Amino acid sequence: MNKAEFLDLLRKRLAGLPEGDIEERLAFYGEMIEDRMEEGQSEADAVAAMGDAEEIAAQIIAETPFVRLAKERIKPKRRLNTWEIVLLAVGSPIWLSLAVAALAVVLSLYVALWSVVVSLWAAFGSFIAGAAGGVTVGCVYIVTGNALAGLVMIGAGLVLAGLAILLFFGCKAATKGAALLAKGMALGAKRCLLRRREGDE
Amino acid sequence: MDIQLKRGLLDVSVLTAIKSRDSYGYQIIKDMKPYIEMSESTLYTILKRLELAGMLTVQTAEYGGRLRKYYHITDAGLARIEAFKAEWREVVSIYQFITKEEAENE
Repeated sequence: MNKAEFLDLLRKRLAGLPEGDIEERLAFYGEMIEDRMEEGQSEADAVAAMGDAEEIAAQIIAETPFVRLAKERIKPKRRLNTWEIVLLAVGSPIWLSLAVAALAVVLSLYVALWSVVVSLWAAFGSFIAGAAGGVTVGCVYIVTGNALAGLVMIGAGLVLAGLAILLFFGCKAATKGAALLAKGMALGAKRCLLRRREGDE
Repeated sequence: MDIQLKRGLLDVSVLTAIKSRDSYGYQIIKDMKPYIEMSESTLYTILKRLELAGMLTVQTAEYGGRLRKYYHITDAGLARIEAFKAEWREVVSIYQFITKEEAENE
């Protein structure tokens, strides 16, 4: 791959990012390749030293904050006409509420995801509390002479403790999974913004 | 190595590479190479971070008929290197304590 092909591919993969960011990145890699070539490396070697363009682009997108991508997405590519501005203002009760609704849906999905995790941990907490309570009350029963009821209570407490241990691993896995899912959601949303932008052009 | 620690080390290494004279991307990578291997993408991220933090400034200059970016360290950047050296003396003394304890217990 030569320098022009490398930079072209990188530009294509970065489409949708703010134009200034893309230019700065391309200038940086271009300068690096030229400096290597000046030192005697072949063009192909100098380009190869940069690494894989696809990977570089993926890394850059992952590093770019979501807000920056979204801002770029909603920025009009030309100045709006007067009548377009008027139309936007008149239509605001419709599009504004739609936008708010869309945001609310995304937010509620996010909240729902984490509330599953929170409720699992809450169940874990109540199992632990139940186990402690069962054993304590059981001991009190035994001391006060009600041995049979006491043993039953202690047994129930121990069963709860055992379930709590199992649930602990479930909770841990669910937390990890939710974190992964949240990360995936963010990346997916970024990709969505970028793809729509590519489609425009 | 711990990510936070490595990030700090890389920041100070890049600042050191431009400390005595202004330098440019490829020169920085070459100067650091005997000590740390760093990819171009990593360097870009670090330079950007240091620029935003006011630890270096960037000037574009013409070189051999093309443009090249030169990085210049600021007072804040110099102070960061000194702060790092002071922190590190502490780390070294803790390290000596740890290894001495281990040697005595063996």
